[in-house]
Amino acid sequence: MTAQPSALAVTYIRPGARSMSFTLREVWQARELLYFLVWRDVKVRYKQTVLGIGWSVLQPFLTMVVFTVFFGRLAKVPSDGVPYPVFSLAALVPWTYFAAAATNGATSLVGNQHLVAKVYFPRVLVPLAAVLMPVVDLAMAFGMLILLMAWYHVVPPPAAVALPLYAVLGALTAFAVTLWTSALSVRYRDARYVLPFLMQIWLFVTPVAYPASMVPERWRLIYALNPMATVVEGFRSSLLGTPGPGAMAVIAVATVAVTLSAGIAYFRSVEGTIVDLA
Amino acid sequence: MSEVAIRIRGLGKRYMIGAREQYDTLRDRIAAAASRPFRRMAPGGFGASATIWALRDVTHDIRRGEVVGIIGGNGAGKSTLLKMLSRITLPTEGEVEIHGRVGSLLEIGTGFHPDLTGRENILLNGAILGMRKAEIERKFDDIVDFAEVGGFIDTPVKHYSSGMYVRLGFAVAAQMEPEILIVDEVLAVGDVRFQRKCLGKLDDVARGGRTVLFVSHNMAAVQRLCTSAMLLDRGRLVRVGDVRATVGAYLGGEARGGFAAAARTGDAQILSADLEDRGGRPLENPSCSQPIVCRIRFALPRRSPGTRIGIGVLGSDGTTVFTTNNADAGTTCPSGPGEFDARVTIPPNTLLAGDFHVALCLWNSAAILDLQEPALSFSVEAGGSALYAENATRKGYVHIDCAWSVVPRIEASAAVLT
Repeated sequence: MTAQPSALAVTYIRPGARSMSFTLREVWQARELLYFLVWRDVKVRYKQTVLGIGWSVLQPFLTMVVFTVFFGRLAKVPSDGVPYPVFSLAALVPWTYFAAAATNGATSLVGNQHLVAKVYFPRVLVPLAAVLMPVVDLAMAFGMLILLMAWYHVVPPPAAVALPLYAVLGALTAFAVTLWTSALSVRYRDARYVLPFLMQIWLFVTPVAYPASMVPERWRLIYALNPMATVVEGFRSSLLGTPGPGAMAVIAVATVAVTLSAGIAYFRSVEGTIVDLA
Repeated sequence: MSEVAIRIRGLGKRYMIGAREQYDTLRDRIAAAASRPFRRMAPGGFGASATIWALRDVTHDIRRGEVVGIIGGNGAGKSTLLKMLSRITLPTEGEVEIHGRVGSLLEIGTGFHPDLTGRENILLNGAILGMRKAEIERKFDDIVDFAEVGGFIDTPVKHYSSGMYVRLGFAVAAQMEPEILIVDEVLAVGDVRFQRKCLGKLDDVARGGRTVLFVSHNMAAVQRLCTSAMLLDRGRLVRVGDVRATVGAYLGGEARGGFAAAARTGDAQILSADLEDRGGRPLENPSCSQPIVCRIRFALPRRSPGTRIGIGVLGSDGTTVFTTNNADAGTTCPSGPGEFDARVTIPPNTLLAGDFHVALCLWNSAAILDLQEPALSFSVEAGGSALYAENATRKGYVHIDCAWSVVPRIEASAAVLT
């Protein structure tokens, strides 16, 4: 046998959270698995459904119709000078993504128990894939939004270049939430009951059906602690030319940064024993 | 050859069984927190009595190219050991140093999704097992060939028979090329032909110079494949080394009060044991319908009156199926000195298809002279036996010719007539 000293990678397995915590490099090396996890969920998601991928468009569309009738027509909620249907759909598109990602993400680790228990890979891929999967739906819904804007002859302002930033902020918010909920729900199955309720409340504290300008100025910065407010307002300002989130964005970015770092730290501390609890 | 592939030092894993049993909700947690000041809780948060060491103090070096069988009864800690070596769960204490890429196969078809087709599942499963997409695509045809699912490759796997399902799963896993391969009891599924195919593949891997860790209850398979073995018992590594001796220790311990209990004395010894057919030709894989002749060569250096030579036939899990010795047939053994050949014929249609071991014993009225367990392992095939003409499978180890009669019940028939 030819001697190949230290040609092979050496792995140490020791007690303690540190020895298994994921690194960016490890996640990068496993990118193909991440791709396949997302691909699997996309493939399976609409199997044996009549409308298939049509659901990703129908859901925000019908919500928009209901909002337009009740908030736009009956309650006469202001819409920053834009036709209400476009106004609400521009918010519903990122919101639907967020709600789907967060709901999907919370049960992701529990739902993939069989995988986690039999094969090693950076566990963080599971919540990450859960957050990436609804991006497909987001893209579909976004196409519909563009069509609706064309219908109402709404032309995006130059600020539209900022749109990807808001989209990324929305995805990071969903990921931050998911890191917490997915890891917590392995241990506390309460998450399953808390989450739908939480999403409902969250929808109300996010300017989806109404503009953020309705919130009094002095409350605005506290309101901005909800990063989705910035994401939604950002979507509108870059597509419809409504007033942007302004200073709210700073608070939103800070909130996401803190929640995300804490979420990563928490996830790292439990990922080594996820299998034992699941 | 002496390069270390896996260095295990004082490895241990403790489970909190309390935490595993109860449905842990936030409410329970709050209730527990509220009552904590009144109870003295262990640092883990749960009572110390609710913990169990699934594995403890395991220290061993596995060299590169070694094929190690990990054996032991249920709950011995085999799976826990594999899980830690595969990084699926962290140890509670100790350390493992692994040189090289690890591929672990703890289950066949991990991550298969019932709604996806065979083709899609191959890609997915390959990625889960750590293969690159390009690599899987290159080996795609081999996988389909090996799995023998040709025409169904674009059918969702939920419509597969369980045999097709495991074949496909194993076919993908067989393409893994890690430096260290960890395989759990995956051969328990599938029919005899499939198991043989899997073993053949594992054999190829082992011959390829890779390090293999193999958990199995099939001692014949362990002996055939492995170069050494680790015997675990209730979380402890109780014996490690030569595969035959370790398997013997395991089977000996299992067959309590068996041959192993007695000490061996003297220099009389069993020299060799082989299987042959009735014509004296070596027999590799006997069929049910064939008589199996076991030839035992032994030496008696001194006169030893009342000597007996016997065999014990053990099932693949170590159960003693039956024992027989020369006195059963009224044959007397020469009292020596000299070398002798003993032949015992297991009649055709006695052993059912499966794996068996043979333990040998030589003794006289005073002492056990030699004992070898298990000395031989072999597989019996269903072959063209009439026993399998109607049923593809039969339970148990042996077939016994039993008399049967089925006739109408006299009173009952009378009752029907009236």
